[in-house]
Amino acid sequence: MMHLLYSIFVDPFVQMGAAPDLLVQTLWDGLVSGVLYALIALGFVLIFKASGVFNFAQGIMVVFAALTLVGLAEHGVPAYVALALTIVVMLVLAVGVERLILRPLVDQPEIILFMATFGLTYFLIGLGELIFGGDPKVMIAGQLGLPSGSYRITMAGGYVQLQKIDIAAAIIASLMVAGLGILFNRTRIGRALRAVADSHRAALSVGISLEQIWVIVWFAAGVVALATGIMWGARSDVSFALETIALKALPVLILGGFTSIPGAIVGGLLVSVRQKVGEFYWGSLVGGGIESWFAYVIALVFLLFRPQGLFGERIIERL
Amino acid sequence: MAVGLDSGKKIGGVVLGLEGITLSFGGVQALQDVSFDVREHEVRAIIGPNGAGKSSMLNVMNGFYQPQQGVIRFRGREHCWMRPHAAAAMGIARTFQNIALFKGMTVLDNIMVGRNLKMRCNFLLQALRLGPAMREEIEHRRAAEEIIDFLEIQHIRRTPVGRLPYGLQKRVELARALAMEPAVLLLDEPMAGMNLEEKQDMCRFVLEVNDHYGTTVVLIEHDMGVVMDISDRVVVLDYGRKISDGTPDEVRSDQAVIDAYLGVAH
Ligand SMILES: Nc1ncnc2c1ncn2[C@@H]1O[C@H](COP(=O)(O)OP(=O)(O)OP(=O)(O)O)[C@@H](O)[C@H]1O
Ligand SMILES: [Mg+2]
Repeated sequence: MMHLLYSIFVDPFVQMGAAPDLLVQTLWDGLVSGVLYALIALGFVLIFKASGVFNFAQGIMVVFAALTLVGLAEHGVPAYVALALTIVVMLVLAVGVERLILRPLVDQPEIILFMATFGLTYFLIGLGELIFGGDPKVMIAGQLGLPSGSYRITMAGGYVQLQKIDIAAAIIASLMVAGLGILFNRTRIGRALRAVADSHRAALSVGISLEQIWVIVWFAAGVVALATGIMWGARSDVSFALETIALKALPVLILGGFTSIPGAIVGGLLVSVRQKVGEFYWGSLVGGGIESWFAYVIALVFLLFRPQGLFGERIIERL
Repeated sequence: MAVGLDSGKKIGGVVLGLEGITLSFGGVQALQDVSFDVREHEVRAIIGPNGAGKSSMLNVMNGFYQPQQGVIRFRGREHCWMRPHAAAAMGIARTFQNIALFKGMTVLDNIMVGRNLKMRCNFLLQALRLGPAMREEIEHRRAAEEIIDFLEIQHIRRTPVGRLPYGLQKRVELARALAMEPAVLLLDEPMAGMNLEEKQDMCRFVLEVNDHYGTTVVLIEHDMGVVMDISDRVVVLDYGRKISDGTPDEVRSDQAVIDAYLGVAH
């Protein structure tokens, strides 16, 4: 018993103190994969805020965007042209979703729209496999000018290794979030987006076109998905296995609140850092593999005590 | 209520005409072959018992509901269905029976959203805060401040509207509608649930809008005192049908109206 308590409450912290370089490395790894979770959660939040749709297809949009990019490059399209074309494909997808799913289903219950995004998921999987085949592909990170290799920083008798691609990912993600922030806060479109998120009826009555807003958010989510796909693909392969990352974003959403962009970002970082740190220092206690379920436990705790998430608006049932 | 019709305003020609409007939801006949018109610069009241179809009529006017039959004539052009976006663009603004505001946004932002259709600069200019966009923003801010002053809500301009009491929320909703500089203003029970003082204020604002800006007002109201005081003409609905139409005095003495309000069997 004493031994167990010791290995929960004392030993990990002794280890942290003894090898700060390992602690820093673990935190860094956590932050880096957190950026990707955050980006996926961001895609969810954009769509959820503006259309109240829980977009199950967000994960597959990441794969589809990455596949399109790589697939075009494989057919000899220059990298930057392929990137531009993929962005156009995401725009076409956004317009298609608005025309074929959202508009016909506009007054249906949310669960119907949710089911429709299931349909979209399998449609995109089928389409992706049909056009680009099912084999894993390699991201064209180098051709897109993304750096490879790593920096090694010596500290406290050891060293910390920072992958350049991770640093690039963090920078690109920050730029994207900043861009969205400016769009949301400064422009007429941003004001309209926030208005639609608050009340469809009121937004319509002042002449905001819901259709236009939906295309904009789905397109924005598509571009975010593309960025996520590039970053994720650069660290592993581009394949349909990626789609499960959408499930990993779920705890992030619960933590951050479904309607909060800062929540998605902070939630993403927090979940991922806790996962990595938990795995590294406490994982051996339960035989490892904490990473795959720890986030859900955190999410569950949040559901019990703070269901609106860290930043989400308070949910008050009006009776 | 001490607000009279002494302004000597000029009521113009028909601006909005509804002809043979029929609307049903499944088995419920909300409106049956209803026709009436609204003249420029007038205050037109729609009254009737609960469930008579008043709100449905307003929803047809701004395109929230699509009638199965009938046409809506706005400024001489016929529409089978006004799309909400088009209705707003053509100058029809409205408020709601159950307030619909952007609760998370401040009073000022709510009003600025009302200027949405008036803004022309593209979003890149706005995002980068370039000259023309800044000028435009300032110009619209000025218009919003004017409305804020007019409705006497200066003290709450930075408050998120979700935190305001009911009466003030109603006023902010009016402010947002006015921000659209509408030709026709549709008000669905703007004074419901207010105390006497708030009602008097609201009456004064409606009349001043009508007087000052010449805005045509279509108003649903249950308080007969208010209706008789501020409206030029009244249309009475009951069970989805029009049962009377005329000046307040004519309507008041119409036997059909008296029967409807006393609940005489049909
Ligand atoms: N969206 C809807 N779906 C189904 N039925 C509706 C809908 N809107 C209105 N109705 C029905 O149409 C009828 C007229 O409703 P409406 O809201 O227009 O009445 P009203 O005159 O505004 O009543 P109140 O004074 O209570 O506001 C009612 O029977 C109502 O239940
Ligand atoms: Mg009503």
